[in-house]
Amino acid sequence: MEAVLLQVLAGLATGGIYASLALALVMIYQATHLVNFAQGEMAMFATYIAWSLVNAGVGYWPAFLLTVLIAFVLGVLIERVVIRPVENAPVLAVVVVFIGLLVILNSVAGWIFTYTIKSFPSPFPPALGIRYMSPHQVGALLVTLIVLALLYLFFRFTPLGLAMRAAAQNPVSSRLVGIRVGWMLALGWGLAAAVGAVAGMMVAPIVYLDPNMMSGILLYAFAAALLGGIDSPGGAVVGGLVVGVLENLLGAFVIGNELKLVVALVLIVGVLLVRPSGFFGSVQVSRV
Amino acid sequence: MSKKLVTVTILLIVLACVLPLVLTNYRTFQATLVLVYAIALLGLNILTGYNGQISLGHGAFYAIGAYAAAMLMDQAGMPYWATIPIAGAVCLVIGFLFGLPALRLEGLYLALATFALAVSMPPILKAHFLEKWTGGVQGIVIVKPDPPAWLAAAGVKLSADQWLYYFVLAIAIVLFIAGWNLISGRVGRALVAIRDHHTAAEAMGINSAIYKSLAFGVSAMYTGIAGALGAIAVQFVAPDSFTVFLSITFLVGIVVGGLASLSGALHGALFIQFVPNIADELSKAAPWAVFGVFLIGFVYLMPTGVAGALRALTRRRSSGKLLHPKEALP
Amino acid sequence: MTALLEVADLRASYGATRVLHGIEFSLGERSITAVLGANGAGKTTTLRALCGMVRTEGEIRFAGQRIAGRRTEDIARLGIAHVPDGRGTFLYLTTEENLRLGAYARKDKRAVARDVERMYAYFPRLKERRRQQAGTLSGGEQQMLAVSRALMLAPKLLLLDEPSFGLAPLVVRELFGILRAINAESGVSMLLVEQNAAMALELADHACVIETGRVVIAGTAAELKRDDGVRRAYLGY
Repeated sequence: MEAVLLQVLAGLATGGIYASLALALVMIYQATHLVNFAQGEMAMFATYIAWSLVNAGVGYWPAFLLTVLIAFVLGVLIERVVIRPVENAPVLAVVVVFIGLLVILNSVAGWIFTYTIKSFPSPFPPALGIRYMSPHQVGALLVTLIVLALLYLFFRFTPLGLAMRAAAQNPVSSRLVGIRVGWMLALGWGLAAAVGAVAGMMVAPIVYLDPNMMSGILLYAFAAALLGGIDSPGGAVVGGLVVGVLENLLGAFVIGNELKLVVALVLIVGVLLVRPSGFFGSVQVSRV
Repeated sequence: MSKKLVTVTILLIVLACVLPLVLTNYRTFQATLVLVYAIALLGLNILTGYNGQISLGHGAFYAIGAYAAAMLMDQAGMPYWATIPIAGAVCLVIGFLFGLPALRLEGLYLALATFALAVSMPPILKAHFLEKWTGGVQGIVIVKPDPPAWLAAAGVKLSADQWLYYFVLAIAIVLFIAGWNLISGRVGRALVAIRDHHTAAEAMGINSAIYKSLAFGVSAMYTGIAGALGAIAVQFVAPDSFTVFLSITFLVGIVVGGLASLSGALHGALFIQFVPNIADELSKAAPWAVFGVFLIGFVYLMPTGVAGALRALTRRRSSGKLLHPKEALP
Repeated sequence: MTALLEVADLRASYGATRVLHGIEFSLGERSITAVLGANGAGKTTTLRALCGMVRTEGEIRFAGQRIAGRRTEDIARLGIAHVPDGRGTFLYLTTEENLRLGAYARKDKRAVARDVERMYAYFPRLKERRRQQAGTLSGGEQQMLAVSRALMLAPKLLLLDEPSFGLAPLVVRELFGILRAINAESGVSMLLVEQNAAMALELADHACVIETGRVVIAGTAAELKRDDGVRRAYLGY
């Protein structure tokens, strides 16, 4: 029983990280109806920036905040420069661009930082640990919850957050009330990149830092987003936690750790087949 | 097929036949790989280019074909040539089965599902309970086939590389002709109709479900055969050769070569075989950076790929008309 | 009459199809102008052209500035509000969020809060539904919401695209009464596209008729009411 509890709690900690990345995916999906395949690599790249800052002697938390800021700016830039030209292009073209972005970020990171695996610091003091959870697990979960709360407050209570939601669901009407829809999309990308950066920095102490560190995480995030409903932010969070717990339990007791990733594959295909709108989503993925 | 096209094709085949006689063994080996990739890209192009279904997971089918061939040779002691049809059949079935659920999904979600397939392939191949057959992390080493005895008896002396090249070339020619027949006939028109005007195609009585899963199966079969040939040529299979980046390589191939174009498969294969080699001298990461830039660049500037550009060039020269870049991305 | 809006030789097209062939009219401050015409004549397109929602050529001057070719959001910020065809409700936001969005371009928070209350005073039904998702509102309520949302911009000019569409006659009367009151109170000019010509001419002081992308008759509402052609074609008697 204790072993199960241990896995559940560990699952919640990683699940929180999946949830943040899933939330980043959902934010971009809501605005553009596209799934950003490069979201994981953007997070990876940001994590390298954090690593460089920490290595250059910047304290962890200042480096953390700075990284979030840089990731935000990079996200805005990517939207403006790379994504904007294919805004109205067919899905295939946009998917190709996303994959191109993924490949570029991955290779540039490899180029600059090499493919050697690096360790990444965890900022949480030992005192944070509880009986069944390591300090980093508790800390990561806390940070994730704080990020989610901040996002909720932002979207729910600020005029800018309201405008971003409006731009995502009805661009035409948004323009008519004076909202600069193009910028709202760019801001959405920036926010998604910032949230992804947090996910990257929280997961890096667990999976270690290397250019391919996010590919598995991204898959879990896909699964989480689809499970919760690809257009539902709340669903993404619940989905992330569920996927995290499921992954840990199945990995520990059923299929073994090496096949954990297959859980994501099965979940993705399963959700798309059985309930394409997820548990909280409203989109009916049109079945062709 | 126009007369000119027939001439070009025959010339190309003659050239392909002469090639290994003038190349070193290593270059011949590379040329073999180009043919292998061309087959794989043709497969992907049938699905993505002609039928508009996005697959980011064709590396997985390539892997399945490769492992099928390697396991049959290594465990069952089967001759290499006999593994090819089996690898193709296995992928046809798996592709068809994966296509069945997938055909209910539109572009983006299919891309997601196939991407997930590609990412989870290496862990599956590494899995402990399959290790007996797959060789786990170590993979399987296979022997390079020798030219058959009857050839030597007939007085033709070929090196192993040369023989393999001709073997692959023969299969490639057969598969390309079959692909051409498929694409230019009823089935091909149906595939394109489904891609461009799904509802209209249905209204005209095209059973899109059957065609789409068929396209998936055939596409996977082509790529699986390529995987088997690739494994025999490289003499080695291991899980880490078949990461998601292999699937991305194929995507690069069809985007650069030209979507919905048979000759595009060849251009794309040349590109993914040789460009990384050139870029490799810069840095280990450079080939991928180049791939990424080409992916994005081609979407912006040349959505019809190399094949489209060549087509436009020759058309402009022969007719002198302004070109209409109508064959943009589906 | 000082002109708030002057339109000359306005042409617009959807892709290759030209819909407006040189619209010409002007609209005075504090005035209400009705635009009449059959389906497909180009009324909705005229409103869209004014807001930069379609590709346009020609001259549009608003409060002395040239606005043709500007972006929709910039035109809105100059003080042109648009109640679009189909209402343009933000279906997944609450009624109150819809109203607040209408005032997105304004900075004066206190005045915005006051205007929200003013809208609730005009349309008490909206107040009852303030926390409700706008998509759950009835058609009539959504139409009221669309008008209120546009007014929240505190516009100088309000473009109304068939505000009576789908409303019960009583509700239309009520709505038009409120529009008249708002015009009298705050002096906002209105350009009203309407199928219901009789009611439109009652509300408006000026009017014009558009046929196949051109203005064919223009004048005061009273003049148009007397015009035999207009009477037969649009008033039905």
